Amino acid sequence: MTRLDNLYREVIMEHYKNPRNKGLVGGEGFTVTHIKNPSCGDDITVETKVENGIVKACHHEGTGCSICCASASVMTEIMTGKKLEEAKNVADNYLKMIHNEPFDESVDFEEAEAFSGVRQFPARTKCASIAWQAFQNTVKKE
Amino acid sequence: MMSDRIKSDFPQLKTGHSYLDSAAMSLKPSRVIDTIDDYYRRLSVNVHRGLYDASVEATRMYEASRDIIATFINASREETVYTRGTTDSLNMIALALSEKFVGPGDEIITSELEHHSSFLPWQAIAMKKGATLRFVPLNEAGRISVENFRKVLCERTKIVALTYVSNVMGYVTPIEKITKLAHEVGAIVIVDAAQAVPHFSVDVKKIDADFLAFSGHKMLGPTGIGILYGKKKWLDMLEPVEYGGDMNEEVGKEISTWKEPPYRYEAGTMPVAEAIGLGEAVKYLEDYGMDNIARREKEVLASAISRMRKIDGVEIYNPGTDTGIIAFNLKNVPSHDAVSFYAENGVDIRAGHHCAQLVTKWLGIPSCLRASFYLYSDESDAIRLAEVTEKAVEYFQSLGF
Repeated sequence: MTRLDNLYREVIMEHYKNPRNKGLVGGEGFTVTHIKNPSCGDDITVETKVENGIVKACHHEGTGCSICCASASVMTEIMTGKKLEEAKNVADNYLKMIHNEPFDESVDFEEAEAFSGVRQFPARTKCASIAWQAFQNTVKKE
Repeated sequence: MMSDRIKSDFPQLKTGHSYLDSAAMSLKPSRVIDTIDDYYRRLSVNVHRGLYDASVEATRMYEASRDIIATFINASREETVYTRGTTDSLNMIALALSEKFVGPGDEIITSELEHHSSFLPWQAIAMKKGATLRFVPLNEAGRISVENFRKVLCERTKIVALTYVSNVMGYVTPIEKITKLAHEVGAIVIVDAAQAVPHFSVDVKKIDADFLAFSGHKMLGPTGIGILYGKKKWLDMLEPVEYGGDMNEEVGKEISTWKEPPYRYEAGTMPVAEAIGLGEAVKYLEDYGMDNIARREKEVLASAISRMRKIDGVEIYNPGTDTGIIAFNLKNVPSHDAVSFYAENGVDIRAGHHCAQLVTKWLGIPSCLRASFYLYSDESDAIRLAEVTEKAVEYFQSLGF
């Protein structure tokens, strides 16, 4: 497997072609964050609704490369239904993992594990990060 | 082979990569690196201030470099101001001119081909002063034409700020004719020549522009140095934008006076090593010959374009490009996905909007790939670009893009 094959894993391509939770609903209870990576044109908006300490809904909308769009899709799927504290913990550790920093290896990244190939491409770590950072922003005040 | 000799002048090419991002930053020949190294090792002191031998020598080198650069663009040394690069030059002159020449209702002509550093200063000034920005309508190919320039030029036009060569499309603006028309209504013409001066012979007298800006790092020189050319009458008249050491003549509690141009516009310690390095870069370019550089780039470009056009699944946005820049995308592949494939295969190209978002918006795309050539590029680079492109198309199709 080449480094590129390791980057473009099937899971990623599948989410890129069939994104989940795409499209913003808006309305009461949603917190919205928009993040843009001006150097490459990745442009992602994430909205999250938290009720009784549970991530009730998480949607994304935007444009960008496959890594960026797929990571937004995977992220929303993973976060939906999670307890807020657990969701925050997964996001924190996922971002550490992507940036090659020490992280809690007991955390289950589920399908987001597929993005670990990005670590070999420092120029692309931002692509795999911005949807997750946007999520972090939406639940910062919760 | 001639090209091998040139390639060996650039130690960065030893990696074996095809470096095709010269529109962003050129590589540096050993001669330039050695010149900078020599200044730092032997002298390392300031110019214009010290009366000891090392400072006298540094001053001589700094000013000799200015002479070389001035002659290179057919300007006089008084008209050749060192800056920190094109961005600095363009911001500086926009600020200086806006104080005196731009007011409510005045018009500033710009275009969608501009690099952000040519456009943004005037957008900000227009907002601040209540002036209006007018965009030269680009023709079908995306070019600035004289005909379309006439459509936006009028008696209210005070400033014309246009690019000489688009950093995305590679088109050469008919700047000489535009300058002539602009002067007929009394407008001041500022030319962003960052992509022009490195690639073909530029004669400021022939163009007759009032101001012209370019950067060292795109023409084999160091980063952090550039030039603002200004006609003497303007530089004599305008106020300095930055105040500080060396630019003043007499400082008093109530009033101070300024040195003559170009020194009036060079406040504080300038990038001395970089200025000296830029002089050496210009000497290198002159040794090779600007006409030879232009010819060589055209040959490599023609080869690359004809090879790229044969590949299904590639969209080229500027097939008629005049200079060594190709803007393209692989169909259905976001540019940042594509660029990783090139990087993995040793072809260094750029992806994104290239600091020219008005161009990519005009093209109706979020971003694109850009391959750009310079004098150290040769046929082998054109072949490699096409080969990797072909493989990339195949690879991304197999992934399902």
